[in-house]
Amino acid sequence: MNSFTLTKATTVEAAVNDNAAHYGSAYLGGGTNLIDLMKGNIERPTHLIGLNKLPLHQIENLPDGGLRLGALATNADTAYHPEVQARYPLLSQGILAGASAQLRNMATDAGNLLQRTRCYYFYDTATPCNKREPGSGCSAIAGFNRIHAILGQSESCIATHPSDMAVPLAALEAVVQVSGPDGTRSIKFADFHRLPGDTPELDNNLQRGELITSIDLPKKGFEKHYTYLKLRDRTSYAFALVSVAAALELDGDTIVEGRLALGGVAHKPWRDQDAEALLKGQPATVDTFRRVAAKVVQGAKGYSSNTFKIELAKRAIVRALKQATEMNYPTDTNAFLNSNP
Amino acid sequence: MSQTIANPPDIHLGTEYFGKPVNRVDGPAKVTGAAKYAAEFNVPDLYYGVVVNSPITVGKIIKINSAPILRIPGVVQVFSHENVPTLAWRDKNYKDDIAPGGSPFRPLHEPNIMFNMQPVALVVAETYELARYAASLLEIEYEATAHQTNLEFKRKDGFHPGKEKSSWTPPPPPRGNPKEAYEKAPHQHEAEYIHLAQHNNPMENFATTAEWLGDGKKLNIYDKTQGAPNVQKYIMNIFGLSKEEAHVVSRYTGGGFGSGLRPQHQVFMAVLAALELKHSVRVSLTREQMFSFGHRPHILQTLKVAADDTGALQSLQHETLSETSQFENFTEMVVNWSGVLYQCENVKLDYELAKIDVYTPMDMRAPGAASGSFALECALDELSYKAGRDPLEFRLLNYADTDLNEKKPFSSKKLRECYHQGAAKFGWDKRSPTPRSMRDGDLLVGWGMATGIWDAGQKKAAAKASLTAEGHLTVSSATNDIGTGTYTVMAQIAADTLGLPLTDVKAVLGDTTLPEAPVQGGSATAASVGMAVQTVCKALGEKLLKLAQKMDKSPLKGIDFENVQFVDGQIRANEDISKTVAIKDVLAASGEDKLEAEATASPDMLKQAPYSKHAHNAVFVEVKVDEELGTLHVTRVVNAVAAGRIVNPKTARSQVLGSVVWGISMALMEESVMDHNFGRYMNHDLAEYHIPVHADVHDIDVILVEEEDDIVNPLGIKGIGEVGFLGVAAAIANAAYHATGKRVRHLPVSLDKLL
Repeated sequence: MNSFTLTKATTVEAAVNDNAAHYGSAYLGGGTNLIDLMKGNIERPTHLIGLNKLPLHQIENLPDGGLRLGALATNADTAYHPEVQARYPLLSQGILAGASAQLRNMATDAGNLLQRTRCYYFYDTATPCNKREPGSGCSAIAGFNRIHAILGQSESCIATHPSDMAVPLAALEAVVQVSGPDGTRSIKFADFHRLPGDTPELDNNLQRGELITSIDLPKKGFEKHYTYLKLRDRTSYAFALVSVAAALELDGDTIVEGRLALGGVAHKPWRDQDAEALLKGQPATVDTFRRVAAKVVQGAKGYSSNTFKIELAKRAIVRALKQATEMNYPTDTNAFLNSNP
Repeated sequence: MSQTIANPPDIHLGTEYFGKPVNRVDGPAKVTGAAKYAAEFNVPDLYYGVVVNSPITVGKIIKINSAPILRIPGVVQVFSHENVPTLAWRDKNYKDDIAPGGSPFRPLHEPNIMFNMQPVALVVAETYELARYAASLLEIEYEATAHQTNLEFKRKDGFHPGKEKSSWTPPPPPRGNPKEAYEKAPHQHEAEYIHLAQHNNPMENFATTAEWLGDGKKLNIYDKTQGAPNVQKYIMNIFGLSKEEAHVVSRYTGGGFGSGLRPQHQVFMAVLAALELKHSVRVSLTREQMFSFGHRPHILQTLKVAADDTGALQSLQHETLSETSQFENFTEMVVNWSGVLYQCENVKLDYELAKIDVYTPMDMRAPGAASGSFALECALDELSYKAGRDPLEFRLLNYADTDLNEKKPFSSKKLRECYHQGAAKFGWDKRSPTPRSMRDGDLLVGWGMATGIWDAGQKKAAAKASLTAEGHLTVSSATNDIGTGTYTVMAQIAADTLGLPLTDVKAVLGDTTLPEAPVQGGSATAASVGMAVQTVCKALGEKLLKLAQKMDKSPLKGIDFENVQFVDGQIRANEDISKTVAIKDVLAASGEDKLEAEATASPDMLKQAPYSKHAHNAVFVEVKVDEELGTLHVTRVVNAVAAGRIVNPKTARSQVLGSVVWGISMALMEESVMDHNFGRYMNHDLAEYHIPVHADVHDIDVILVEEEDDIVNPLGIKGIGEVGFLGVAAAIANAAYHATGKRVRHLPVSLDKLL
């Protein structure tokens, strides 16, 4: 870890100005990822801007019927918030499938979106990694890639985005509000994270110095038919091999609208709107779900140790949609056999 | 979780505490934080050392450029092969008590790189953060040459290790005619079983605080180890220090599982820096750096087993290839057990090593047996299906009443009772024999079982006992308690031997000024130190009796030691228990403020030699599998263990519970995955080196089967630390087959393998 200075901002404007004034600065929220990365010498900011005094901890209703998650609301407070539990249970389930209780108590909602990949090579400074050192090469492609991407990857990077929370947010079409040196703007969730292309060092489309102020959920929460299915190498405290956020609006047995996002398979939460379109107006049956699943993994590519994820993703999609339809799966916290939280 | 504990046997001591589920005497210190570990001794004026590791696997260091970081204020020194003073030069000075054959690694000795993450430099600074920062900036130029870290490419390069380590027994020569018997038998099974390297990963990271005492070369060395005396000898031999100068302290050890048997490089580094800088220095390793030294080796195992139509084993051939380093031949007993556990006249056991460019493997919980029993017990399970026998019935049919490797009877063997009691508790008789035939809703249910075997060993150990005028007894020995319950067991045995309340007895461990005892490992410490404690307390008792007999009008005059008992703080005549003298009165009358004794207990070789001495267990497991998604959960485990007399059923049960969790871990999660392009383990942290979380652990039933054995040692203790773990991984893999019809022979049984 290199030496750094630390200031604590009390307003968004002050934070943004402080950032602009210090080259090599980083915003510090819960610190559950950034501090680890600094200890590992992977992130080397020279100036940290502490955000916890900013008035961005609230979760509040929006006039259009949506819900605003303050950037600094913790993952735990969000998952257990009565409005989230009642109106966006998919999000609550997704958050609780991630990390550990201790981490969720510290981690902020904005920080969750900004956590970096868990690629082994990204974390190990003794190995080349294009995301960490652009141009050094991707070690994972010909190496150990069990937790790596099968969709949307590039020749320069096959890392995945590790967040669970971001997967339901993608399915729910959340909007990310940011403030920066050039003022405020809104970013659709689908446009927030990036695919690696030939700039894998960029995880998202935030401009330099931009600060997330809130994550806004639209009114529609799919609270009647939803599931977040996470498959992983142990029941808790492991990143997803494949996860699926499924949300359905049903009219009897017919699907009015379906949303689907996958985690653990790509450099960003993976949404395939062409596949979702195959749900619209169709009967909520396993046959329909299989067609959708086949569409999602069309063009998927595996490497030496993650090829199984293509088949696993298909099965997980079918299972998640089936669960969302039937809503008879155990939702309690000990529902281990479902591999749910 | 439910619990079944057999009634503790009657024993011929005071019987107050032996066999009772006494709470851990060191529990309060551990849960309140009063127990200090190696990196927690905040001695004044401390420097911090951070180890720098090689990113290459084979090659050499061309240049180390320390000058830039030495200019940073607060950076004290950079140690490397370029500036380390002349130290001992013979291999034997670097060989610790547990070292295998070969030439031990010498940290910072030469520019050659022999394995990835080899420690190449130590950066010392006034704060830990500064040392870590400076270490990240240290420029080292390497020249890499080709490496080979993949055992798969060494299949044809196996060799038979010599008997270079006294504790290792090579496999016995073949018996009968295993090849012919295999060919003739109607039911045959041959398969290969594999697991990759696994790392011990104890909770406490390796660390050493070397305290410079400012008096010649005297140091207090607070080290994370499983044997303070082993570390002391290692340090003395390398640095030419006396026992007084190298005072090693290790009162508490946050788990070891074998990783602390050998001194690791951080103790070398801390002592080197302290002696050179004449200053106290702490060196702690990160979790990632704990992948820079030993591990359970990657092993390839081939089993060929055959049975006749009655289910009798006709041939058993178990051949293995295990990795070792280029510089040492790490040996463990992987195959030997296969010749002991079952009745089979035609047996061939073979154990080969192959050298690859890694650090030397090391003992990891139930070394050798963990690997061997996994392969053997899976292979026998496979054969039982081919022979049309229930897996339990098949094992009972081939039950060994004598050890055919050594051609000796067992000192005791209650494995049959383990099978029966375990099966009854589990409800094995309700098992449907056909794979895929049991269900719970949409889930497939599988029931599997397996057996384990481990040595029962007592080693020579010494202890000291000291009784104060107030009647407080302290018993001590230099070895460690690695969380197994040694402190508690010592206190129980001491309290019983001298008839004192447990609250008046204190156990002290982990200090080289105390009487010597072997490293804490191999499930031998309760027997070894337990016997030493009993012996020394008896010696103290004899002294007490003599003093009591010198008292005026002593009612005990003329009575032999054999004819008195120590009960309730008194010495009593057996024949007339009204003839008593209080122990406190003895000391008061003697005018001494304390009474001490020191004694060594050695195994009775003459008595033991005619026997084969082992602990056994039988494990029954239920798994539930969501076949569509490949997810598997171990929903129920019954582990029946016969390990001689159980000193403390509470700590013993804890050991077995931990063993089961470890077995789940080995079966379903653990593997150190190496990227052979780099020769480097890539999942080197606890986020990616998976071990179970609470939600992975369900119902565990422990049965401690009653077993009397006065041959292993007079206390009848066999040790329980390893045996409870054996069989668990195999039983899970066997249950997975019973559930799904899929055999996974390459651990771990992860979900991709069940898809």
